[in-house]
Amino acid sequence: MSRPRKQVHLAAHFPGVNNTTVWADPESKSQIDFSSFRHLARTAERGKFDFFFLAEGLRLRELKGRIHDLDVVGRPESLTVLAALAAVTERLGLAATINATFNEPYEVARRLATLDHLSEGRAAWNVVTTSDAFTGENFRRGGYLDRADRYTRAEEFVRLARELWDSWEPDALTGAGDGFVRPEAIRPFSFQGRHFDVAGHFTVPRSPQGRPVVIQAGDSDEGREFAARTADVIFSRHGTLDDGKAFYADVKGRLARYGRLPHQLKILPAATFALGDTEEEAAERAAAIRRQQVGPQTAIAFLEQVWGRDMSAYDPDGPLPDVDPDLSDGVWGGRVPLGDRTALAAKWRALAEEKRLSIRELVIEVTGRQSFIGTPAAVAALIDRFVQEDAADGFILVPHLTPGGLDDFVDRVVPLLQERGVFRADYSGTTLRDHLGLGPGSN
Amino acid sequence: MPERPLHLSVALDGAGWHPAAWRDLPGSGWATSDLFGARYWADLVAEAERGLLDFVTFEDAFALQSSLFDGPDGRGDQVRGRFDAVLLAARVAPLTSRIGLVPTATTTHTEPFHVAIGIQSLDHVSLGRAGWRPQVSGRRTDAAHFGRRQGFPELRPDALTAQSEHVRDLFDEAADAIEVARRLWDSWEDDAEIRDTATGRFVDRDKLHYIDFTGRWFGVKGPSITPRSPQGLPPVVALAHDVVPYRLAALGADVVLITPHDVEQVRSISAQVREAEAETGRAGEPLQVYADLVVFLDDEPGAAAVRRARLDDLDGAPYVSDALVFAGTPGELADLLLEWRAAGVEGYRLRPASLPHDLLGVTRGLAPELRARGAFRAAYEAETLRGHLGLPRPASRYAAGAAR
Ligand SMILES: Cc1cc2nc3c(=O)[nH]c(=O)nc-3n(C[C@H](O)[C@H](O)[C@H](O)COP(=O)(O)O)c2cc1C
Repeated sequence: MSRPRKQVHLAAHFPGVNNTTVWADPESKSQIDFSSFRHLARTAERGKFDFFFLAEGLRLRELKGRIHDLDVVGRPESLTVLAALAAVTERLGLAATINATFNEPYEVARRLATLDHLSEGRAAWNVVTTSDAFTGENFRRGGYLDRADRYTRAEEFVRLARELWDSWEPDALTGAGDGFVRPEAIRPFSFQGRHFDVAGHFTVPRSPQGRPVVIQAGDSDEGREFAARTADVIFSRHGTLDDGKAFYADVKGRLARYGRLPHQLKILPAATFALGDTEEEAAERAAAIRRQQVGPQTAIAFLEQVWGRDMSAYDPDGPLPDVDPDLSDGVWGGRVPLGDRTALAAKWRALAEEKRLSIRELVIEVTGRQSFIGTPAAVAALIDRFVQEDAADGFILVPHLTPGGLDDFVDRVVPLLQERGVFRADYSGTTLRDHLGLGPGSN
Repeated sequence: MPERPLHLSVALDGAGWHPAAWRDLPGSGWATSDLFGARYWADLVAEAERGLLDFVTFEDAFALQSSLFDGPDGRGDQVRGRFDAVLLAARVAPLTSRIGLVPTATTTHTEPFHVAIGIQSLDHVSLGRAGWRPQVSGRRTDAAHFGRRQGFPELRPDALTAQSEHVRDLFDEAADAIEVARRLWDSWEDDAEIRDTATGRFVDRDKLHYIDFTGRWFGVKGPSITPRSPQGLPPVVALAHDVVPYRLAALGADVVLITPHDVEQVRSISAQVREAEAETGRAGEPLQVYADLVVFLDDEPGAAAVRRARLDDLDGAPYVSDALVFAGTPGELADLLLEWRAAGVEGYRLRPASLPHDLLGVTRGLAPELRARGAFRAAYEAETLRGHLGLPRPASRYAAGAAR
């Protein structure tokens, strides 16, 4: 039995504050000027992408108690930039990553509903739960939440936000005659939960999408369960075929428990790419990008993360030194701890010895190659295959260059996906919910 | 010595400041629901920019508008509902090129870090036209929406003059919030981004600074996650009605908006503002003092008063405001503004009673009238809001050799 071909969903990730983003390339432009955001967003819209995505990090990353200076540093407040982008795009969805720990529901719900109106139905919210004491130092709330509490707070947060979004009846604005609004159509809210105790009236009329799209990007069991219950989209790290299939099956399998259908939760792994006219050229390009991403100093910095000690005296082009990791404490601020560093160090050492790799070559090897490398035709075929084989519903593409990193993909790969009949030739709807095929956001 | 030209700005809110103004929207080609779309606001700001105004402000609050001082009134015959002001300002930024954009954001509830990066990002997307109108949210209703703080007493109209400890604390906290924002805006030196391929460093971390703020209510470590913005420090514009807020303005604002009702009050309030400056030991640029006025403007003598009476009738009550309500011709308003200038104000924030009518009265009536009298610009002479206000672009306080 054959089923209709699944449609591919594509989103554009603005290059982030990590070493995936290459800043030393002559083509690399400002990470903060609005012109860069505009260029990338317009490119994504030209490519008929579902949405444009901004990550968030509320404290500058540190290594060994000092601000990490080797990667791109600095970014704007997401919703402010997305509101501005709403003025220079027409159909593209606009997704902001917003932390559920260092924000309050009323304000976030209000800002997202505002963006949804100002963009005529294109707002999305990537709910993240990162909550370390390090980031907390920038906030009144301070501190951090226990692992177990992060998702109970996020859960209440989203539930409350949706209650607020639903609180104005669709026809509350009467439009003419004696009243500006039917006061009884603005339902008061009152919410007492474990994390929030709020009451009042929402100030934003029901927005074009009703409920802006909710994205989730956590990976733990609690995170997956949270996504199955509440999210419209998952942004995942499971971007290889096998890994992607396992994750896809796992998460979609959780939906029935909540009375939801598979199409109501789209799974979009992060993906990077390198294109070439021939396979060889693409491979060369991919390797060149990897060398840019892992410069000599960055290679040492990666080593230091695992070894937990100062490795700056070693030659990045020389062999791995014969020292053991120092496990006394973590050296990174604003990063997920790496887990068992002894095991990781042993694995790296074995690999370096087996393949006779220098420090830099080793780091290039272990920190991940591009998801898709090849000619435009090969990359289009691969993306299609991943989607048809249920490893994904599409991808959030992470270009390595700001702002032109998506130009080639849009010019050369998108037309081939369209030819294959798996990607829209033009937007058929106006809202992000339309693009994602989610159906109306209401209860 | 010729007097310096006036600074002119307008305060945008709903269908205008008169509660019945929305009833005239259809007559100007707008539906009431257009208040909740981008086009209406973009049109208004474009008109203000054609009028060469210094800036527009956007009102905001967490609670639904109400005719009561603190608490919902259940009425549907006035405008209810409002957008987040920072996002509204950002939405119109790419559609304009010169006018300053000054959204309101609270110092009481929103995390100072979030406000600071929001305004800083607005400055980036507008290429140097952002400002901030910090607002103390004293109302119990607003606090209940946010939920983080319990035990807020109901706000009473006399709270400010009564100077309750609660209100004084809110203003002290606001001063801290503004100080945190300013330090965060300075926390990246202008040339922190170096892209030094030889050493592999994107930034010179010696030019990124922890702000290490600790106050009674919160601490913020810093630095900002956002690089220094085009203006460095976006102007802070504070509305103030009494001594406590004058002190707040003296501590943290670039422009103070006052609400005198006659020329005597212009003199007395200006003197109080200068006193507050002396008391707080303000250094650097003096506060610029602008007066707020609600305006009904019509070319035909008497027409504005008739319109005001008609709107009062429709609303069922005479409109009262914290600011003087002016109804007259642009020429009459120009007389008043120049008289008040002589008594000590450098500019105005005009609150159009009805939009777009009274905005057009400002841009097409008042502005040319003032220009003809040599009291208003004939073209923009600067590209940033600081530039319009005549404020130099400051170096970061943390930069080596910075004057501090
Ligand atoms: C693909 C992906 C992207 C993420 N992006 C961000 C981000 O931009 N900002 C952030 O604070 N956390 C981000 N996270 C972290 C998670 O959203 C989440 O809060 C964290 O992983 C803890 O949840 P977990 O225990 O379920 O994994 C991301 C996670 C994934 C998988």
